[in-house]
Amino acid sequence: MDPLHLKKLNAERRARRAAILVTDLGDGRDRMVREGDTVAGELGEAIVKAFRSGNSGSVVAEGRNFFLNVHLPQPRLVVIGAVHISQALAPMAQIAGYPLEIIDPRTAFATDDRFPDVTLFAEWPEDVLKAHPLDGYTALAALTHDPKIDDFALKAALDADCFYIGALGSRKTHAKRVERLMAMGAPSEGIEKIHAPIGLDIGSASPGEIAVAVLAEVIRAFRSRGTARLPKGQAA
Amino acid sequence: MQNTAHLDESRDPLIIAEGWMKNGKDVAIATVVETWGSAPRPVGSHLVIDAEGNFHGSVSGGCVEGAVVSEAADVIESGKPRMLEFGVADETAWQVGLSCGGRIKVYVERLG
Repeated sequence: MDPLHLKKLNAERRARRAAILVTDLGDGRDRMVREGDTVAGELGEAIVKAFRSGNSGSVVAEGRNFFLNVHLPQPRLVVIGAVHISQALAPMAQIAGYPLEIIDPRTAFATDDRFPDVTLFAEWPEDVLKAHPLDGYTALAALTHDPKIDDFALKAALDADCFYIGALGSRKTHAKRVERLMAMGAPSEGIEKIHAPIGLDIGSASPGEIAVAVLAEVIRAFRSRGTARLPKGQAA
Repeated sequence: MQNTAHLDESRDPLIIAEGWMKNGKDVAIATVVETWGSAPRPVGSHLVIDAEGNFHGSVSGGCVEGAVVSEAADVIESGKPRMLEFGVADETAWQVGLSCGGRIKVYVERLG
């Protein structure tokens, strides 16, 4: 492996950006490809597919045998609101392999007693997201339906191009939210990506059931990255 | 149950390999490039080895690491990459909860 390529690869991994190390198994030469870089031909097609699936493996392209080692950042979930749904969502998300953080400035809600074993910030999203920025491998679920708490985080998620953005609230609540986000300067094509009402339409009623619907929607968004958008779920 | 969204730098083989390189060590990197059956570590997994035989990471459940480490010494010496193929012992396959055995292909190359 080329030492320079290892350094570049590790820099991408530290920064939570996706990269593939492409090794020609014939001559041992390698290169590092970032997500979004253009690579021509059959190899380029295989690289696009590998970024989407996250699966490493060998491919034959242009008559040569390449190994693609795919390094995707760990997808994670940031939840705004230390609410009842979040209490159910926290253990489920972690079991499913989506490490989770909860942010809620209301200290009566964000208590270790209500959220044991969870990364919890009893602070404003404005402050937490400065130190722990969102990125394309982060999902954001805004669950307080309090504009003072949710709106900044939703705008930040749009700016960071989070792979999933969901917001709790009825259609009426969401229509008002859309107006506020537009006033904050969010582009309408971004706002359209917000899943609201939040969660897949499985008829969820209880907080635990809504948590399942939200988590399923997050997983679907992650696994369909880069493909045509699936119809939005309608629930909660 | 707590898992993390960030690299565990003290255990990440590629981060360790970079650190070894900075300290002037000769390093080999082994990568699982293909698996059949019940291989214990997925394709893409790394074992990194220095010239003294110190290693981090894994390419199997512990059954072929010894062989990879000794091959790595030759690879560091010659600079020529090697493709190794192993049948994972049934006992190991049993320990990982699959009793059908498995095979893995491991690519070993020198860093630099």
